[in-house]
Amino acid sequence: MTEQPHLAVIGAGPAGLAATVAAASHGVRVTLIDSAPEAGGQFYRQPAAELRARRPQALHHEWRTWERLRDGLRTHVQAGAVRHFTDHHVWYVDRRDTRFTVHALFGPEQEEPVEVRADAVLLATGGYEKVLPFPGWTLPGVVTAGGAQAMLKGTLAVSGRTAVVAGTGPLLLPVATGLAAAGVEVAALVESADPKDFVRRTRALAAQPGKVAEGAQYAAQLLRHRVRTLVHHTVVEAHGAERLEAVTVAALDADGRVRPGTERRIPCDTLAVGHGMLPHTDLAETLGCRLDGLDVHVDDEQRTDVPGVWAAGETTGIGGSALSLAEGHIAGRSAAARLHGTEPDPGEWAAAAKSRSRLRAFFAAIDSVYAPPAHWTEQITDDTVVCRCEEVTGGAIREAVGELGAGDARTVKLLTRAGMGWCQGRVCGPAVAGLAGCELTPSRRPFARPVPLGVLAAAGEPEDD
Amino acid sequence: MRSPLELADARPGPAFTVTLDGREIEALPGQTVAAALWTAGVTSWRTTRGEGRPRGIFCGIGVCFDCLVTVNDRPNQRACLVPLHPGDTIRTQEGTGHDD
Repeated sequence: MTEQPHLAVIGAGPAGLAATVAAASHGVRVTLIDSAPEAGGQFYRQPAAELRARRPQALHHEWRTWERLRDGLRTHVQAGAVRHFTDHHVWYVDRRDTRFTVHALFGPEQEEPVEVRADAVLLATGGYEKVLPFPGWTLPGVVTAGGAQAMLKGTLAVSGRTAVVAGTGPLLLPVATGLAAAGVEVAALVESADPKDFVRRTRALAAQPGKVAEGAQYAAQLLRHRVRTLVHHTVVEAHGAERLEAVTVAALDADGRVRPGTERRIPCDTLAVGHGMLPHTDLAETLGCRLDGLDVHVDDEQRTDVPGVWAAGETTGIGGSALSLAEGHIAGRSAAARLHGTEPDPGEWAAAAKSRSRLRAFFAAIDSVYAPPAHWTEQITDDTVVCRCEEVTGGAIREAVGELGAGDARTVKLLTRAGMGWCQGRVCGPAVAGLAGCELTPSRRPFARPVPLGVLAAAGEPEDD
Repeated sequence: MRSPLELADARPGPAFTVTLDGREIEALPGQTVAAALWTAGVTSWRTTRGEGRPRGIFCGIGVCFDCLVTVNDRPNQRACLVPLHPGDTIRTQEGTGHDD
């Protein structure tokens, strides 16, 4: 192989794929490293190949875009310009001078170490769902909205016959219509915001006619499947002994509090619930990249403030697949130019940059409308489990805050173990911050996933090269 | 009722047998532990360390570790990530999974 510069792209969702194709088209050798068995990320999660789905597009939106990305990747892999490592779970990226080593674990058991050396790194690590606790949310049958969708898209499986989809945010619509199309009776779509507030924001919408059409499509599908939509409502409690049997939903008042007397019980065996998305930033953080709030900070070229490290997609701020594509494309082009030692010409990606500005404005407007109810912490009773891993209750966290004086998530963790379990606070973080009365801040995790001690010890040994 | 397999026009190879706590269940090629258990009507396969409460899938993408299960005598496997093979033995994981 010639001594072309080598870029490691981490994550094969829309951002990572767009970046890979853009960089490979401009003379860079790319290793695309992803945890899934197939490319696609969460948005374009593909059914397992052995399921031999002949019509996977029935589960998807923007399928043509996926075909273009998939074919682009295939072409570059066949030409030898791209290596695609599937089922590789990256736990750490090491930077020494101007060289990078990406440390991954191969296989579903995540024990076999793999190291990839590269001249630059592009982080397209995506995001995961935020869920705020309420009584009963740990019952089997209560799943994240994105989880219900991932199980449907990736394994063609659903957890029951009757579902309620609840929470807030634009993800709830495709989850409800997807489950309904797959034969699940969707008893209700419960949205705590009032999307009519969004329609009033004509400027952001006028700039995105495609998004208006997309919204209308979902509305028609909900109607076709006879899905009852309850706006300005919230789930108050999930009921069941060993698994979910019903949920109680209630209307919200103008201040975002549950209106007494409006509660109603809806029988269901599945609750798909979500309150927005959070970016995966662990790798960026351990590389020393600056974060803005929860998001990786990038410049106009999608460069982080660490030389040789680019970032694109949800990790730089939640904004959906179209924004991820634009950012990925720009990041890939910028990285290719700079790895060849040339100054990139932003004129070459003007269309992507324009799309990026519009979509960022659009999602800023989305964010301001789709917010959880203002007083969501009031729904966490003292016996509600908040930290699912360590089984720490709302009462224990309130005691740490109110009686022991904890004023931040870290002190709550030290006093109660909330956030100290398997998931490392990824799930309970927003709730703990809310109960402690502080902003959610990125948690400092030395590694992005659990690592066997033997692998860790070997990775610390001196390198030969 | 339409199924997800019908929606995607999936034509997997023949189903094979695995066991859950000794009971035989069917799985399809390509299914994860979680997918096969959901399809068999099972939504929980772990009890928590503290209160012994049932848990199953929550995030579905490997982030939350709620779906931990013992597969072929290895505890703490994420049911949402691990693919099944003929003859695999799945056991409900109690607590840390290291007590039995």
